[in-house]
Amino acid sequence: MLDIRPILSTLHRHKVTAVLLVLEIALTCAIVCNAVFLVRQRLDWMHISSGVDEANVVDVRPVNIGDTPDMHGRINGTLAALRTIPGVDQVTLANQIPLGKESWNSGIKLDPNVVAPVMNVTNYYGENLLPTLGAEMLEGRNFRSDEYAWLDDITGGSKDVIIPHVAIVTKFVADRLFEGHALGKTIYYDDIPLQIIGVTQDIARPNVNDRATTYGSIFLPVRMTEGLGATYVFHTKPGQADSVIKAAVAKLREMDPNRVILSKRHYSDVRDTFFASDRAMTRLLVGVCIALLIVTALGIVGLASFWVSQRRRQIGVRRALGATRGDVLRYFQTENFLLATMGIVLGMLLAYGINIVLMVRYELPRLPVTYLPLGAVVLWLLGQAAVYAPAQRASRVPPVEATRGN
Amino acid sequence: MGTEFAYYLEMAVRSLRRNPMLTLLMVVAVALGIGACMTTLTALHVLNGDPLPGRSGSIYMPRMEPRSADSVNEPLPPDQVTWTDGMALLHARRATHQALMLGGEVTLRPDDPSIDPFIMPARYTSADFFPMFDVPFQFGQGWAAADDENRAHIAVISDALNLRLFGGGNSVGRSIQVNDTSLRVVGVLRPWRPIPHFYDVNVGAFASGEDVFVPLTTARQTQLPRAGGIHCWGAGSTEEVKMETAQCAWLQFWVQLDSPAAAGAYLAYLNDYVREQHALGRFELLKPAQLTSVEALMDEEGVVPSDVRLQFWLASAFFVVCLVNTVGLMLAKFLRRAGELGVRRALGASRRDIFTQLLVEAGMIGLAGGVVGLALAWVGLLLVRLNPNRSAQLAHMDLSMLLTTFVLSVLAALLAGLLPAWRACQVPPGLHLKSQ
Repeated sequence: MLDIRPILSTLHRHKVTAVLLVLEIALTCAIVCNAVFLVRQRLDWMHISSGVDEANVVDVRPVNIGDTPDMHGRINGTLAALRTIPGVDQVTLANQIPLGKESWNSGIKLDPNVVAPVMNVTNYYGENLLPTLGAEMLEGRNFRSDEYAWLDDITGGSKDVIIPHVAIVTKFVADRLFEGHALGKTIYYDDIPLQIIGVTQDIARPNVNDRATTYGSIFLPVRMTEGLGATYVFHTKPGQADSVIKAAVAKLREMDPNRVILSKRHYSDVRDTFFASDRAMTRLLVGVCIALLIVTALGIVGLASFWVSQRRRQIGVRRALGATRGDVLRYFQTENFLLATMGIVLGMLLAYGINIVLMVRYELPRLPVTYLPLGAVVLWLLGQAAVYAPAQRASRVPPVEATRGN
Repeated sequence: MGTEFAYYLEMAVRSLRRNPMLTLLMVVAVALGIGACMTTLTALHVLNGDPLPGRSGSIYMPRMEPRSADSVNEPLPPDQVTWTDGMALLHARRATHQALMLGGEVTLRPDDPSIDPFIMPARYTSADFFPMFDVPFQFGQGWAAADDENRAHIAVISDALNLRLFGGGNSVGRSIQVNDTSLRVVGVLRPWRPIPHFYDVNVGAFASGEDVFVPLTTARQTQLPRAGGIHCWGAGSTEEVKMETAQCAWLQFWVQLDSPAAAGAYLAYLNDYVREQHALGRFELLKPAQLTSVEALMDEEGVVPSDVRLQFWLASAFFVVCLVNTVGLMLAKFLRRAGELGVRRALGASRRDIFTQLLVEAGMIGLAGGVVGLALAWVGLLLVRLNPNRSAQLAHMDLSMLLTTFVLSVLAALLAGLLPAWRACQVPPGLHLKSQ
């Protein structure tokens, strides 16, 4: 490029302002690269699969006031009534739903004599919960109806109750514990041996607090009772979700006026709530990036204007010596390009520094290399756009300016 | 000094008005930085707040390890207690105040049958809850330890519930229908909401306060529904009627200990209790007991979301960029006036005079930036409160944050002005006089 030597010598005379501009571009570059990376991470996380047929699942959670005698008969009756609602494919009473707020967890072991559990998983209860969620079996079979026991019978500890000894695990659990060959193997839950009779596709747990075990879920043949956060889950025929919710609420109220409906939701609401803070954070990060780029652009405009007004005489001299308007315009554009390049180089180093801190403190992965050229292009374009108006003004300085003072 | 300062102010205003574009850019840069910083700082400040100002230093959670040998590798004892241990410690009365409690959700049935029943968060606790946490009353008062023993059918209700059920009047002596039980109101609270909800983070670290307070013994007897965390081990069963004997930690226990000596004595007592239970075979492990302060528990639970910290760092970085920007712009602005400053120097102004004058100018930019920044922070907090997270909705600016905004803004602008003002002072007196 033609003007680099004189530009550098001019910049040398404005060292402090030039350094400040380079520093500003570098900081912006470093922060924006990391912020965009954080946004990317959040977006990936927000798009994970729940394992649920999201469009066609709804749930209605009632709470009972007062005594509820004959709980088993009452729930069977309720389920039978809910099944008659038009548009309902499947319905069950579950203890929790994927990505919901409350969770039932336990540690499972592979050897009953070892003290520490090998993995912490969430336990799903509910008759036919898997088909109700729309989940696919990958291997083995679903529970038979004679394998189910009622939750209150099990926890009640009465001697004549047959405690289930079978379980279905997600592919994640099968891969983690048995390298994929889980069928027929035994896991221990509270020292109770459970034989794995099926492997299902990955289904997320509720209240995920460790993303590494998002799909650590097991299903047990347990019939849930009302209360304790239990919720009626429906799989609806396509497009009938709204009418099912409405009819279900009416039916539950009609069957027992002492039932208060605590919540009624499409599954998409559950998902939205679960990712709400991630969505808010993403918006905030995007907002900060835009604000940063604006501030930097304004800074470039301000300093370039200052330089132009300071160098009017110098520009006039160059014009008088035969430089065209285009030459002057290019001069300032090249100057900005040089400054931006220095800022970008410094900024990339800084970006990696910040990334290392984030990796240590927030367990983020390494910043991908592709961010570097992208960040560079954005900042070059930003610089050129910002410098354009002051450079235009400079190019309009008449040659006669050379004869004036200052 | 006074007139000199007034003169500097006047000069500063004139100079700022001469270059409105550059001035505006600087003010915007400072304001954006301040606005972003204060928004996140306020959020952090609220979340880090002291739930019981002036008192939280003497409130402790006694902890011990009742779990089976499986828990040998657990670094900390559970943050809840079993019924057996909770009741034993409660009845021992070794602290100034002690309360055993449990969260719940109750259904209230208004007398008017046309109004639907509604659900409210509740707390089942023992008598000392109110004096220990210094809970303010509007009408009536809490209950006595004797009411706990007698399983009295009484309740304390919140200001909000009193408004909803009784129109806000003095409802002491009236009764409310809670699930299947009729309870007599003995007290109505003033609005009270400790932030964070330290005494039971299992129901949510930023859960709203409870609306119905019932003696724990009464609540258990009438089987009011529980809410919150429950941790079982061994043959622990969560069946409702067996909870009192179950191997599960599900109650929160807090004590008030007014001096370090009292805390030391209480810890010694706790350790005696642990040894006794171990000797009886109830505790499989013999691990030392602990007294956890409110602050330590908040740290342990990671009550402040990591997102909020990240936001704060982000805003700080943003602020630094704005500041660098301001330095550059001020430098441009001050150096542009080299001619004028040269004249003033030639006319006898000292370097110090010029320096002070330029810093006054920087300070004014800071002040203006602070005003605009405050407006931006206010808008920012509005946006933060749109976030559906409970914690976010608590973010409000208080007086101390308001003052911090201005102080920070002026300081930042002065800091940004230091280098440019110093550079401008280096202008030799005669030089620019000639070139004019």
